[in-house]
Amino acid sequence: MKDFSDLKVVNIGLESFAQDLVKQGVPAIQVKWSPPAAVPSAALDRITASQDVIDIANRKVIDIIQAGAPVLLGLDIALKVIPGMHSKLILHAGPPITWERMCGPMRGAIMGALIYEGLAPDADAAEALAASGEIEYSPCHEHNAVGPMAGIISASMPVFIVQNESSGNYAYCTQNEGLGKVLRYGAFSPEVVSKLKWMQDSLYPILDKAIRSLGKIDLKSLIAQALHMGDEVHNRNRAGTSLLIRQLAPAILRTSDSMEESAKALEFINGNDHFFLNLSMPAAKCILDAAAGIEHSSILTCMARNGTDFGIRLSGTGNEWFTGKALVPDALYFPGYTKDDANPDIGDSAITESVGWGGFAIAAAPAIVQFVGGNAADALSYTQQMYEISASEHQNYQIPALDFRGTPLGIDVVKVINNNLTPFIDTGVAHKNPGIGQVGAGVVSAPIEPFIKAFEKFAHIL
Amino acid sequence: MFIQTHILDGKYLDSVKLMLISKELRKLSGVTEAVAITATVENKDILEATGMLTAEFQNATPGAIYIAVHADLADDAKQAINTAMDWIEHGIPGEHRANSQKTARSLSGALDALPEAKLALISVAGKYAAREAMKALEAGLHVMLFSDNVSLEQELSLKQYAVTNGLLMMGPDCGTAIIDGVPLAFANVVRSGKIGMVSAAGTGLQAVSSEIHNLGGGISQAFGTGGRDGKAEIGGLMLLQCLDYLIQDNDTEVIVLIAKLPHQGVIDQLLKRIQKTTKPVVINFLKQCSLPEYPNLYVTESLTQTAVQAYKLWKADATATPPELKAETTLPMPTSPLRKYLRGLYSGGTLCFEAQGLFAAATGITCESNAPIDAANTMADVWHSSGHSIIDVGADEFTVGRPHPMIDYSLRLKMLEAEAQHKDVAVLLFDVVLGYGAHSAPHLELIPVLKQIKRDTCIVMIASVIGTDLDPQNRMEVVTALRDAGAVVCTGNAEAVALAATVINYVSRNSQ
Repeated sequence: MKDFSDLKVVNIGLESFAQDLVKQGVPAIQVKWSPPAAVPSAALDRITASQDVIDIANRKVIDIIQAGAPVLLGLDIALKVIPGMHSKLILHAGPPITWERMCGPMRGAIMGALIYEGLAPDADAAEALAASGEIEYSPCHEHNAVGPMAGIISASMPVFIVQNESSGNYAYCTQNEGLGKVLRYGAFSPEVVSKLKWMQDSLYPILDKAIRSLGKIDLKSLIAQALHMGDEVHNRNRAGTSLLIRQLAPAILRTSDSMEESAKALEFINGNDHFFLNLSMPAAKCILDAAAGIEHSSILTCMARNGTDFGIRLSGTGNEWFTGKALVPDALYFPGYTKDDANPDIGDSAITESVGWGGFAIAAAPAIVQFVGGNAADALSYTQQMYEISASEHQNYQIPALDFRGTPLGIDVVKVINNNLTPFIDTGVAHKNPGIGQVGAGVVSAPIEPFIKAFEKFAHIL
Repeated sequence: MFIQTHILDGKYLDSVKLMLISKELRKLSGVTEAVAITATVENKDILEATGMLTAEFQNATPGAIYIAVHADLADDAKQAINTAMDWIEHGIPGEHRANSQKTARSLSGALDALPEAKLALISVAGKYAAREAMKALEAGLHVMLFSDNVSLEQELSLKQYAVTNGLLMMGPDCGTAIIDGVPLAFANVVRSGKIGMVSAAGTGLQAVSSEIHNLGGGISQAFGTGGRDGKAEIGGLMLLQCLDYLIQDNDTEVIVLIAKLPHQGVIDQLLKRIQKTTKPVVINFLKQCSLPEYPNLYVTESLTQTAVQAYKLWKADATATPPELKAETTLPMPTSPLRKYLRGLYSGGTLCFEAQGLFAAATGITCESNAPIDAANTMADVWHSSGHSIIDVGADEFTVGRPHPMIDYSLRLKMLEAEAQHKDVAVLLFDVVLGYGAHSAPHLELIPVLKQIKRDTCIVMIASVIGTDLDPQNRMEVVTALRDAGAVVCTGNAEAVALAATVINYVSRNSQ
């Protein structure tokens, strides 16, 4: 019989058994066990029986994600580069949704975009046009793109071009507008639109020239370094933004025609800690898109929210969305706001968690755990729990506080269901009414419903 | 001198980590100099100074990891490069990896935090228990499955897997075991020694291991198998595997085997193994049965006898039975001629079962029970006893939505009070099981009720206290407190039943 000397015990169930062992000096670890999520046991049995096949498929997906090598190549106008883009198409965050079901911030952002595009002169006309059926809506995710919060991309917006060098595929994302009254939180006042115009007319050409003069900017290395510097590249991007400026500044000086416009561009980036978010997101997107469509893989390729629904996609189920109701985050609110003001979870930024950053790497960013009302130990615990629903660990992205352990890689829907534990997402919180903007930041656990649906479908087609 | 270089593109490692890898590479055999460093302009100078700069470095993509090794032999250099790649991917061996985790959410998370774990103790709801147990077995862990409500089919497949893979699959419904000196779940603290046990009867294991300790002996291993292991459906898979282990085990000199009479096929298999070993085997099947006479086979009639027999076999010069086993000299008798009946209220299932058999043998009276030794004597209503009865308060009908009576005394206290109201009750017989898992101070619960009964009635109260002086409860304090409260206290079930039988025989003689 297998050796049992020097006994160490895993205790699953009654905690007192583990406490008794610890009292006697016997090493024991307690499993905070919960029953699997409510899925038919036939589906569970089917998955269990096919675990070998799933493991092989997941191995492939892990290798693809591990190899992902995102680089920033430059910028261009959405219409020219985003597949399927046209002048009457608006891309939005999260899974597909109709105008009727959209939340306030998303509607506001769409109205702002229609004004920005010159398709409507004012808010009333924009709202009428948006509801008219003349405008087509589609998820960013279905066009190789991602967008934070409302995630609105319209035809003439400039977008970053990020390429996954290992697979060759691209991902696109707009430039981050900063905080305050901004389109992504549903604001559409004239100042919002004029800032977007400046970003198109001045910021975009300056950045594009600078980046192209460098050839490319290695986002893989930048993100790995940012994790060592206190970012988790979702809700905290201060280090990532700083590292980006270090690379951009000399290139901007060399390539720009106007000293004043160059200074404005650098000041703008410097004044916006979240500027790098719009690069970490497409970086994550192009890594995960390369891993989509691997038959029998139970690993997620995205989590995204549109402020009404929370949607996920699995590698093994292709482009199908599985959705559930988006929840309101537990957050630290700015003065004057409460949870009652908050919109349910919104944005494609959960792509960062999907790849293994954000809430999955929160142990790297102790400075932001105050948003979750916790201490540094809580941040470690959040990340450690995420290992339990992940298929592997990153080799490239590491957490100093965990002795450089790689961040959790590959959210496995089978583990989510078995442990009844959903991903942690740390995120900004939008006001539920359009035009007000960010009211707080915090964490939200993904709802279980989309995972249950995905699990059942996955088991069904296995 | 050979120089081997390698460029690793698209990979970021902290410079400190790379320095550590360089340092460890230099320690490899045959390696004279080694470096792992990020390809940057600044690092070029460093390499130049150490003579490690090569043309490959000049061509490397900025930010790539550059590895160079100088070695006396080409093979050593190549080997060192491979080692460096491995360390970059998987970390340097022996490197501390932080995991401050005290609790995990799943078995795999727990194994991540405690990779050397060897056993999973599982007590989740029965519906989920088999799945968790199979996961643990598949992860190469021994399993003790405390949960019940696991089907026979599930038990069989778990045990078949365990036997094939050389693992323990104790349970389902296994409440106690002592593995490698560690008491698990409900178990007593005993000294380690040369007597090995395997038991399909939970409190049987607790009682015998405690009594062996109290006699001065010790336990090598005490395996539980769960009560159904001896059934034909399971075929004694775990009884046989554990018996085989104890026969082979160098630390075991005497073997104790306890089970409610197993299926004949299982008995045959057990006997076959016993016949082949020279180690003495003490069997208690909790029922009178005829077994063949082997020179090394000892069949015992009570748990106390089992302990004494095993102890004597281990310590050949063992003399007198210890003082604790001697019956109290002053056994009180009920003063009322109306008082005729025995009421037993047990928390230990095996003790309850044994009590019925021993009582019948001593008095010729068959008690009613909710867990009868003979189905004919099943109680019609477990909440209302008449005549002689011995009840297992740990049985399912009493434990739904309520902790086990070894932990929570409230139900038994109520039942004791209720029995004391009956004018025809002569003896109240009950057990108090100590050890890990059990109530931390049972005497404090019992004293007020016992004192009340003592004051108001002439009922004889007889308790058996199962446990050792090493248990977390203070055994002597419990025994003394119960005696002070008016109970007759024994440290073995057989003695307690014998005293109860003496009282009942006395009252039936007097009432005739």
